Amino acid sequence: MIFLPLLAAALLALPRLGTRAVLSIWIAAAALDLALVVVMWAGYDGGIAYETRLRWIPSLGAGFHVGVDGLSLPLIAMTALLFLACAIYSWRETERVRSYAALFLFLQTVSIGLFAALDLLLFFVFFDLSIVGMYFVIVGWGHGDRARSALKFFLYTFLGSLVLLLGFIGLFLAGGTFDMVELIRTPPAASALVLPAIGVGLAVKTPTVPVHTWLPPAHTDAPAAGSAILAGVLLKMGTYGFARIAMPMLPEAWRAYAWMIIVVGVVSVLYGALVALAQENLKRLIAYTSVNHMGYIVLALGAAGLAAGDPRARELAVSGAVTQMVSHGLITGALFLLTGVLWDRARAYDLGRFGGIAAGAPVFTALTAVAAFASLGLPGLSGFIAEFQIFTGVIGAGAVLAGALSIAGILITAALLLRVLHRAFLGPPGELTGRMIEARPSEVAAVAPLLLLSLVIGIMPRWLLDLIEPAAAALVSLVSR
Amino acid sequence: MTGMAENPLDLLPELLILAGAVAGLLVGLFVPRGRQRVVAWICGTALAASMTAGAVAMTGQDVMAFESFAVDLATNATRLAVAGASLLIVVLAAGWARGDSRETEVYVLVLLSALGTIVLAGASDLLVFVAAYLLASIPAYALAGFAKDAHGTEAALKYYLMGAFLGVLMLAGVTLTYGLAGTTAYRSLAGAPPAAAGCAVLLLLAGVLFKVGAVPAHFWVPDVTEGSSPVVAAFVTTVPKIGAFVGLFRLATEVFGGTWRPVVALIAVATMTLGNLAAFYQDNVRRLLAYSTISQAGYLLLPVVVAGRSDLAQPALLFYVAAYAITNAGAFAVVVAVGRDSPAGYTGLSRRSPLLALALVVCLLGLVGTPPTAVFAGKLLVFAAAWDGGYAWLAVIAVINTVASVFYYLRWILPLFRPGGVPAEIRPVASRIAELAAALSVLLGLASGALLALYSPF
Repeated sequence: MIFLPLLAAALLALPRLGTRAVLSIWIAAAALDLALVVVMWAGYDGGIAYETRLRWIPSLGAGFHVGVDGLSLPLIAMTALLFLACAIYSWRETERVRSYAALFLFLQTVSIGLFAALDLLLFFVFFDLSIVGMYFVIVGWGHGDRARSALKFFLYTFLGSLVLLLGFIGLFLAGGTFDMVELIRTPPAASALVLPAIGVGLAVKTPTVPVHTWLPPAHTDAPAAGSAILAGVLLKMGTYGFARIAMPMLPEAWRAYAWMIIVVGVVSVLYGALVALAQENLKRLIAYTSVNHMGYIVLALGAAGLAAGDPRARELAVSGAVTQMVSHGLITGALFLLTGVLWDRARAYDLGRFGGIAAGAPVFTALTAVAAFASLGLPGLSGFIAEFQIFTGVIGAGAVLAGALSIAGILITAALLLRVLHRAFLGPPGELTGRMIEARPSEVAAVAPLLLLSLVIGIMPRWLLDLIEPAAAALVSLVSR
Repeated sequence: MTGMAENPLDLLPELLILAGAVAGLLVGLFVPRGRQRVVAWICGTALAASMTAGAVAMTGQDVMAFESFAVDLATNATRLAVAGASLLIVVLAAGWARGDSRETEVYVLVLLSALGTIVLAGASDLLVFVAAYLLASIPAYALAGFAKDAHGTEAALKYYLMGAFLGVLMLAGVTLTYGLAGTTAYRSLAGAPPAAAGCAVLLLLAGVLFKVGAVPAHFWVPDVTEGSSPVVAAFVTTVPKIGAFVGLFRLATEVFGGTWRPVVALIAVATMTLGNLAAFYQDNVRRLLAYSTISQAGYLLLPVVVAGRSDLAQPALLFYVAAYAITNAGAFAVVVAVGRDSPAGYTGLSRRSPLLALALVVCLLGLVGTPPTAVFAGKLLVFAAAWDGGYAWLAVIAVINTVASVFYYLRWILPLFRPGGVPAEIRPVASRIAELAAALSVLLGLASGALLALYSPF
């Protein structure tokens, strides 16, 4: 399943494929991959399932070791869906389609591989390759000052990944293996520097304040589908890494640093929301709300390390964090695809130059409104479920002040997203409104399923939470060791 | 070392290269100018045979040949890497030197220098080491000035003067060591008086640092790389490094005391930092590659720093050198294939020749150390070895340097994907070599496990 997209990418190398044929292969591969994930989900019954272990570098205790559990399966499913949405969205893409599709298929392999990896070295390989893939997406198909943004993206995240590698080497030297399952079973007595190294490495990718500066330019100048993947999937690699690697492998250090992590989370929440409020460029605005949303996750995971807190509350926080990862992927993916529609028609993201879009493009407006409400955490949508769990968990675990401050973050995001709707979609027409024509079927077909799933999670989250909660409980018990 | 032997067959890989060089030279003397291609075949066959013999030797026992040449894992790995890299270079050179009145000489000089490099790695006696140093260097000087134009002459002169000066320093080191210890065999040297031994170590280091192109003996690298032809540049920045590093590692484990560690660590830091900083704004891809090889030499010094302190040091070094050699040769092969010196000359290569562009991307990202290329595995081992040996700060500096290096490699990658600008005629043989090297680099990275299992000190 991991390598299916890559095989499809190899298929694209065949000569004489027309543009439509390339896109059809891409969509078919993404759909098939999603179908496989659904089958896996249906057959999943607890613990680590579908485990595969091949030898790779036995002398370093590193191997091709993959498997899924309640932590990774939801993310893999979200990833597969989002990539399918991007494939459908790109149905009208005409510029160098073959390499574009191949790059996305490559990224899909890398992303799913990362979430399934149970070996630190394998995790790192996928982590690094995701940077390379996204760099070429931005350089090749972005707009604006794309070379500069891509370079900044590459340098920052690559620095992060190398610091992460140092942390992994530290874990390896302390534990004698790169195998995650082994390392989780017996947490190594690593030196005090290992968690900071891993933490900084993952924080750059997440990104949290103050290492988020690469994110807004990268998002703004990437193509719509690229931004959707970057925000929806690649950012999760950071938070997932915290939950998968940092917490269970270094429980003592995680508990020791818990308050620091909470503070970073709260600052990210507030700073992201406030800076987003000041943005005129819609895409930058959404990029900063990502900083805000990732802040909630970091906050929740930090609260899970508060040893004094009620374990039930901490489980709730972790479960909320995982739900938020899924939910943010769906919603932000949808939002970025929708801003791509704006760019496609008007070549601009400036809020001030639009207005009254609702009159000419009701479907587009409706989709954007739903996505915005989902993003601000309206009950009935997935963001609410996630954020409710996070806040209840965080406050229950003892970080009352942090929880209260972060709720202010929700207020600010609500205000700014409503302001977006108000300025761009309602009111008198702006100078660029005339160019806005209705969303095309392929665009609707890409965005609607994401929002629909968000709605489904929002109304009946049980099927998802049943999967996440045991994993969250296991994680909390691991971090309490 | 399990035993002493005086069996010439222990040196079969070296003898095969020597035989290839001699046969090539003789045949070249009698064959008309237009048909000297046959010499390339002879030399290539000799290298391939030498690789085979080296691979066979790998399965055998460690021995000490003639009490002065160690045949062990390190030597065997060097034999394979040097012969393999030289083989790539001979094929590259065959396209470049065709029809030249001195075509034969190119191949023969490459072979002789490669032979010196292998002996450098296996030498277990300072006198053998010096002889190997000269054998590896002198053909390279001649190659650098091969084109006989102004740039080439300047390059050769600079290369020669620097090499001669540092070689003399090294000889002084050997003399001093001999005076102190009364012997030049590595195994008898360990107990020399420390103060004077420190001085001798520094003098010995001088020659080796010249060969690997490390600070402060690095000045020849950019000039030779830019001044001589790309094929020669590919050779002198790739092959001698393999043997010189293995030789240095052997010296470090068997001869030097312990006080030199901080010195080599400082040299490593200076080398990688200076190489990277100087590469930043180079507008000539060959100078860029030259400074990149300097910075790579800095990373390669890391395992030398922790030689004897970490079990990972030796596999890290052996693996990294081989990975580096293939990747660097691949990058130079692209330069040979395209024949342009400014990054802007590569504009639009991704459309004109997608495979070649891909090969360049793989090689350059490989030099950065992106998985799953071979250099990534090498870097991983090197960092782990440095950390394991108590030099975590050095690993951190190496990481910072790696990130800095991304910048200039990307400056070269970017134009590939810009529209427009059709590059000049692309040489097919060199392109195949570049693609082969890129593929090998990825394969070696993926197969690193199997290879590391051979180095089994774990």
